[in-house]
Amino acid sequence: MKKIAAVVLALVMGAVLLSGCGKLDPEKTLYFFNYGDYIDPDLLKEFEKETGIRVIMDTFDTNEEMYPVIQAGQVKYDLVVASDYTIEKMLANNLLSPLNYDNIPNAKNLEKTYMDIMAGSDPGNKYAIPYNWGTVGIMYNTKKIPEGSITSWTDLWKEEYKSMGILMQDSLRDTFMVAEMILGYDMNTTDPNELEQVVQLLIRQAPLVAGYKNDAARDDLITGDAAIGMIYSGEYLYCIDENENLTYVVPKEGTNVWFDCFVIPKNAQNQKAAEAFINFMLRPEVGLKTFEYLTYPSPNAETIKLIDKEYLEDPAVFPDAETLSRCGLYHYMGEDADATLASYWKRFRGN
Amino acid sequence: MNKRKLLAGPYLAIVLCGTIIPLLAILYYGFTDRAGQFTLANITAVTEPENAKALGLSLLLALICTVICLLLAYPIGLLLRRTKGEKKGLIIFVLILPMWMNFLLRTMAWKALLANTGVINAILEAVGLPGINIINTPAAVVLGMVYDFLPFMILPIYNVMIKIDNSLIEAAQDLGSNGFQVLTRIILPLSVPGIISGVTMVFVPAMTTFAISNILGGGKIYLIGNIIEQDFLMGLRQTGSGLSLVIMVFILISMALINKFDKNGEGSML
Repeated sequence: MKKIAAVVLALVMGAVLLSGCGKLDPEKTLYFFNYGDYIDPDLLKEFEKETGIRVIMDTFDTNEEMYPVIQAGQVKYDLVVASDYTIEKMLANNLLSPLNYDNIPNAKNLEKTYMDIMAGSDPGNKYAIPYNWGTVGIMYNTKKIPEGSITSWTDLWKEEYKSMGILMQDSLRDTFMVAEMILGYDMNTTDPNELEQVVQLLIRQAPLVAGYKNDAARDDLITGDAAIGMIYSGEYLYCIDENENLTYVVPKEGTNVWFDCFVIPKNAQNQKAAEAFINFMLRPEVGLKTFEYLTYPSPNAETIKLIDKEYLEDPAVFPDAETLSRCGLYHYMGEDADATLASYWKRFRGN
Repeated sequence: MNKRKLLAGPYLAIVLCGTIIPLLAILYYGFTDRAGQFTLANITAVTEPENAKALGLSLLLALICTVICLLLAYPIGLLLRRTKGEKKGLIIFVLILPMWMNFLLRTMAWKALLANTGVINAILEAVGLPGINIINTPAAVVLGMVYDFLPFMILPIYNVMIKIDNSLIEAAQDLGSNGFQVLTRIILPLSVPGIISGVTMVFVPAMTTFAISNILGGGKIYLIGNIIEQDFLMGLRQTGSGLSLVIMVFILISMALINKFDKNGEGSML
């Protein structure tokens, strides 16, 4: 008897769910494609409550995973979060729809400095609204390495730090960028001679490196297994929360600055809802909640006014204009360039 | 009869979607370039020094891992054969227990144990012994492989061992065999099928892993699995597919070799 009841209950619940799905009003639904754990879930609820628009969010881990989904276009998303260089690729392949700024009045809150940098990927800021941004730099443990002694990418090549543990990222563009900055090359170079020297420089460093890690890098720095390593600025606040001896520095040679932005795919069904959502996210207090949840620097000038002084004055969280002037964006340079870079990367990693 | 065939439907659907179609896709990408033209470049890519080196290292580490697993698992199989009742259940339970947890989590746990500031070194330091420094080395990767794949060696060996008829052993003893002769002339030949499946089930995943080498090798141990993973992540699915086909061939060759030994094993029995 109990079994029958359970089956009936399951069927009824299934039917309710299905009918619920069937009733989704396309005018009142927003299909959102975002990185995993990259938005404060309370904000989604707040937006739904306020506008009556239901947000259906799918997540991905990397741009490389997201791009083919948008390119194939079978799943129609209204709003996508993408990084600068992927936005360039999407623009090159005509996958994005221009924004209607009339529906995004809060765009005036965006800090012009950052919009100007982002214009390097999205000329005229026609397609992308920055969500978070950050830099790539060096994090080190001040208990083992005196504070202030790390200023340059070349510090990652120092024999004396080998025994303390040096970490590099296992990421083609970021790891190449470090060597390119040291050699004084463009971080978007595809010149074979320059790449050859980049590879040689990294191969020379390899015996000193304890590991090439992405997400695990911060854990090793926190536990003290490694004392120095290249890392994304967004990890900084999380790391010092766990280990107060850690500090972050943008090396003097310059580095990559990255932007994650909201974009609207060409095949979006509900561009209005997407724009309403972007406008909501650009509210100063919503930006503050985002900052508190994700701890990435905000591109929103009105949000920045609300952020604690302690963070604002920390150059690791908000680099000053002089530091930013030494930073650059990665660009998408086409499939052939990607294949060239990949072949040099494999030469280095396989060595 | 037809109704019974229907029962195979779900299985066929899984094989079609999960094996045949992906295999065809890999074949297609493996033999074409980015423009879709036929090419063998993805296959011959294996001779490039970095790929050949990674393949060699994969073969070597997988071989070492398989041998260690076999040396560890066989005595356990013998032990389990003799153990009776509740005790046997308990031993098997303990062996299977780790498999209830996700293998990535277990591998990460090894990372925490082996790290320079990890648990093992903290204990060694506390008792005044020198620390070990094996994290991010091939030794750590082999250790992780052995730990992760050992049950796949034990279970098939155990399965054939318990099926060996005791009367065969008694007969051998009656005819004057000592313990060693019983082991080498009765138990060992009869357990060959278990060893074969154990070797297969350990060697193949050890040869193709990229997760263990990533976690315990710190990204410094570059196996063929890591190269293929990188290829796919970097959008080079043609080269990735080509190399996948090459290791498939290597695995087929290893299987054929093992099966040849199998025949010899059973042949000497007859």
